[in-house]
Amino acid sequence: MSKSRDVLFNPIFDNNPIALQVLGICSALAVTVSMANTLVMCLAVTFVTAFSSLFVSMLRNRMPSSIRIIVQMTIIASLVIVVDQVLQAYAFDISKKLSVFVGLIITNCIVLGRAEGFAMQNGPWLSFVDGIGNGLGYSVLLISVALLREPLGAGTLMGFEVLPSVNNGGWYVPNGMMLLSPSAFFIIGLFIWALRTWKPAQVEEPDYEIAENVQYREAL
Amino acid sequence: MSQPKRDGIGNILIVAVSVCLLCSILVSVAAVALKPVQQVNRELDQKRNVLVAAGVLEEGQTTDAEGRGIEELFAEFETRVVDLRTGEYTDAVDPQAFDQLAAARDPATSEMLPSAEDPATIKRLERYGVVYLKRDEAGSVETAVLPIRGYGLWGTLYGFLALEGDFETVAGIGFYQHQETPGLGGEVENPRWKAQWDGVELFGSDGAPAVELVKSRAPADSPEADHQVDALAGATMTSRGVQNLVNFWVGDRGYGNWLDRMRQGRA
Repeated sequence: MSKSRDVLFNPIFDNNPIALQVLGICSALAVTVSMANTLVMCLAVTFVTAFSSLFVSMLRNRMPSSIRIIVQMTIIASLVIVVDQVLQAYAFDISKKLSVFVGLIITNCIVLGRAEGFAMQNGPWLSFVDGIGNGLGYSVLLISVALLREPLGAGTLMGFEVLPSVNNGGWYVPNGMMLLSPSAFFIIGLFIWALRTWKPAQVEEPDYEIAENVQYREAL
Repeated sequence: MSQPKRDGIGNILIVAVSVCLLCSILVSVAAVALKPVQQVNRELDQKRNVLVAAGVLEEGQTTDAEGRGIEELFAEFETRVVDLRTGEYTDAVDPQAFDQLAAARDPATSEMLPSAEDPATIKRLERYGVVYLKRDEAGSVETAVLPIRGYGLWGTLYGFLALEGDFETVAGIGFYQHQETPGLGGEVENPRWKAQWDGVELFGSDGAPAVELVKSRAPADSPEADHQVDALAGATMTSRGVQNLVNFWVGDRGYGNWLDRMRQGRA
């Protein structure tokens, strides 16, 4: 039981799919302009990761290694289409706003990464929990990005005004850059910095060492 | 031992075929089962966009102040189809089933616009256009709502333009789908900006569409002031796009002929 707890909670801070593995950045940039979109996206990704890991894990002993990636992609793509259809039916407004990004969950590296990297070696229950855990790790990061981007960029949170913007007669001049993708890069970068300061174990070994300054007489 | 069997050609085929079959069943069931709900959503959404542009419904609400729902409010509107070339009503297509955007994509019901005649960059213009009319108790038109669309900075803006019963004064405008930058061009959704459109006169003294989005408006008593709306700050291309598309759709290639007829009481 404690194994599944580790599998569930490790991806949140210790092995965060975005902050440590730096996967799934595309949608982290794209949907975090508004909190409502972010929450729906997080739910969708968590659902897809959990169930694709579950199904891949159930098939893992029969899965021929030559076509395993295609089989995984087929399962993921089908789940994403189902999620997209459900959103169009029951959350029409948000599905319109997320538009193409729901479909792009198919290409989210986290989903395939967990299916190939975890579900192929572990049992269905553990894989399912791992999918949920990674979905949560993804969600934590996206929600914290959206928590900064939406108020600073538009003066609202979940559509409610928190910083009255000048466009609506308030005092806050919205920071336009927060609405553009680069700001998500900066925020994710700061998040990774903070996380690695808190947990130095995540700091990677440098790929190479910069040599000391060469002395004049050595160069001769 | 199980390794060669798992990677054998027989197993590959079995796994591939059964995964494909199961997944396609899952996808088709979801698509077919949810289609009616999605269709209702789309229609309801379109009706809501008409109501929002007409100012009957607040943005983001599903009922008005008296608690009447979208269907009930929309029932007050009459849907007609207009032949854009002549400006006459037509019975050639069923207004309820008519999909104007689909008609614009279909070569049989639309024509290519040469770029010189296409300021709104819509590329293809449909032959028929839909109008939504709300009549007062005496039976004369109180509000008319027209679909409009055109290119902004990043993509096509889709919306509705509501006119007063004189067919030359704007009653409201709303864009329900666009890809403009949030906070800049995306401010086309801002209620304070949209409120300025109320009362704008569409046509200049020569009868041509004359709406302008300007950086600083002419004094209120000058003749231009009636046609002017503040441009969006930091969104020159979006503002220009909105100006072009409004003028296009109330102009001769758009609903201009129908508006002329209505103004002269001939239709």
